[in-house]
Amino acid sequence: MAKKTECIAMLLAGGQGSRLGVLTKNIAKPAVPYGGKYRIIDFPLSNCVNSGIYTVGVLTQYQPLELNDYIGNGGPWDLDRANGGVHILSPYQQIKGTEWYKGTANAIYQNIQFIDRYNPEYVAVLSGDHIYKMDYAKMLQFHKDKDAACTIAMLEVPWEEASRFGLMFTDDDDRITAFEEKPKNPKSNKASMGVYMFTWSKLRQYLIDDENDPNSSNDFGKNVIPAMHEAGERLFAYGFEGYWKDVGTIDSLWEANLDLLNPKANIDLSDSTWKIYGRGNATAPQYVSDKAVIENSIAAAGCEIEGKIDYSVLFSDVTVEEGAFVDYSIIMPGAVIKKGAVVQYAMVAENAVIEEGAVVGENPEKCEDLEKWGVSVVGAGVNVGKNAKVKAQSMISEDVKEGETV
Amino acid sequence: MMPKNVLGIVYSNSYDASLGALTARRTMGSVPFGGRYRLIDFPLSNLVNSGVTKVGVIANSNFRSLMDHVGSGRPWDLSRKVDGLTMLPQFTPTVVDGNNRIDSLSRIMDFISYAKQEYVVLMDSNFVCNTDLSKLFDFHSKKNADITIAYCTGTLPKLLNQAVLDVNEDAKVTNIGIDVKTTADVNYSANIILIRKALLERLIGDAQSYAYTSFEKDILQKNVSTLNIYGYKIPEWNCTVDSMNTYFEANMELLKKECRRELFNDSTPVYTKVRNDMPVVYGITSECKNSLIADGCQIEGTVRNSIIFRGARVAKGAVVENSILMQDAFVGEDAKLNCVIMDKNTVITPKKVLSGDKSYPLFVGKEIVI
Repeated sequence: MAKKTECIAMLLAGGQGSRLGVLTKNIAKPAVPYGGKYRIIDFPLSNCVNSGIYTVGVLTQYQPLELNDYIGNGGPWDLDRANGGVHILSPYQQIKGTEWYKGTANAIYQNIQFIDRYNPEYVAVLSGDHIYKMDYAKMLQFHKDKDAACTIAMLEVPWEEASRFGLMFTDDDDRITAFEEKPKNPKSNKASMGVYMFTWSKLRQYLIDDENDPNSSNDFGKNVIPAMHEAGERLFAYGFEGYWKDVGTIDSLWEANLDLLNPKANIDLSDSTWKIYGRGNATAPQYVSDKAVIENSIAAAGCEIEGKIDYSVLFSDVTVEEGAFVDYSIIMPGAVIKKGAVVQYAMVAENAVIEEGAVVGENPEKCEDLEKWGVSVVGAGVNVGKNAKVKAQSMISEDVKEGETV
Repeated sequence: MMPKNVLGIVYSNSYDASLGALTARRTMGSVPFGGRYRLIDFPLSNLVNSGVTKVGVIANSNFRSLMDHVGSGRPWDLSRKVDGLTMLPQFTPTVVDGNNRIDSLSRIMDFISYAKQEYVVLMDSNFVCNTDLSKLFDFHSKKNADITIAYCTGTLPKLLNQAVLDVNEDAKVTNIGIDVKTTADVNYSANIILIRKALLERLIGDAQSYAYTSFEKDILQKNVSTLNIYGYKIPEWNCTVDSMNTYFEANMELLKKECRRELFNDSTPVYTKVRNDMPVVYGITSECKNSLIADGCQIEGTVRNSIIFRGARVAKGAVVENSILMQDAFVGEDAKLNCVIMDKNTVITPKKVLSGDKSYPLFVGKEIVI
């Protein structure tokens, strides 16, 4: 039996992230690269460690190979521990048969045994696809102070965006009085961040009840939380201030990367008191040549930069050759931008090669029909041939031949 | 020869004195190099990449920063249950001279004897190279050598007891000169020495009974005719740090593509302690040319022909040329630097102008604020 642990975290990392298209063709969404040297999952994992939560279960299901490999023994996050640490929890075979994780609540339900080993008072349920820095310890204190059964992290979003979120109504004591799921005409701007703190004894029972309900879709937001609310449990909203972004779509992932270049966006990764950890590889420092022009950008170790870079994020080991131009773009690890190629308003995935003179993406200011404008995406390992053109909004998963326009 | 059968011994204090102020508060092994490394990363990575699994690091003095850097040996994958890395700090009441190899080795003889490895490879920290030592091990077996000394050809480093080798066409060392006065290209020892453990035990034991002090003179030179000593020429790019000048030049060499290709490659990476800094941030006003920049830097000003270590910052309007900024160094607004080596945590306040010369770089010591 493991040592009793006050609070453990369960990280939902099984999502496919289908809206990220080619970027999640072979990897789960939480393993998608972000911010020059991170992967999305580094944020919740680092938040856990920085908040003093050292037991983390990571629930994987979709394309787990890369994610499992990346997390490994948890060493980079200081989560290789004698007691607790990080555990990969995949669906497994049971006496009654094999079951995939049917929903977020079912994923936790199937791992009740894992949680019980640590006999925790509280369980944090986190999602693996958000970029934010948050002290879960403060949220836990709030949860204890309010004697809550469930505390939901809440962010006040701009009213015009509120209709995209699950919204909450609260009383003066921050107790949740009602929910509203993505309404057309929002009456609240208090959005759920998908970060939950539960009193384990309560959640455990609701998970069992939910599993026994054949009509349930076994989802936290749709079933478990509403059931707790209806039963009159104490549900509270914990107000969070700071940067938070769901990077579930191409546009939001692109924006979230470029937010790092915007001092107003309030996401500071250089803060030594709240480091974001990640598995790094042993790459040399980056080299910027005589011919390079690099402004207002972020670039990671191992890059060789000879071209022009403006307002972009370059991951490790990216090569930008002489005369190439990278503008408003995200270039993932190992990608090569050859001589004279232009990459603008685009995301180029790992190890893709943009050959000489090719043009990827379009500048919205020069786009005649703004309706058709959008970020272009080149998938991992894809070769975009000489002088080929990748149009706005295109998502490329196959090689593009020389001179071709797609 | 199986690399697993070789015990690696790295001297961290090798020739500390030759770097003066740079090693005032650290060992040669913990001298920062190449933007994100410490010199000891090179011997450690070479050993690990060559398949060596057990390494001892001799630390005689000034080794707090070294302990902090090396830790349990994890970055080199040397934090192991079987074998792995062992720090061998000074624990005798009399301070051992860091350059006295015989003393240093006799002090750790029990560590060497207990090791199950049959061979020992001795290495220094001031030799920067990415080399495959398993080739040296194979060379040693093929030649049926008693001792193999790795050497380079070029200008003789200005180091105490520096050995110069005469090597015949069979690669056998026929003569060893110590502290030779010459400006011509010579075959000089890289101080990477492979030897059978039993022989090393005997030689060190004898040396102690005769109160010998110089490994080079009293062990290598004296035995050149009685033992089979062979010379293995290191084929890769390398540099022996023997002064502030060579230190400066070796760093600047890294701005050459060929040199980076030789020193850094994917198959034999140079490992170092991870700092988890964010990637480099280039501001709107930044201008960066021909420079090596490590993670965690914030560049708002101009940087040319320089090596910038992790976490260093160059403010708006500042110009840094031909310089080395070590970890977390800060150059204030509109300051101008040329041929300056800024040690860790140093600060240049706004508008200051500092200039050295390529042949005599100006050094700003650790934590100094100008």
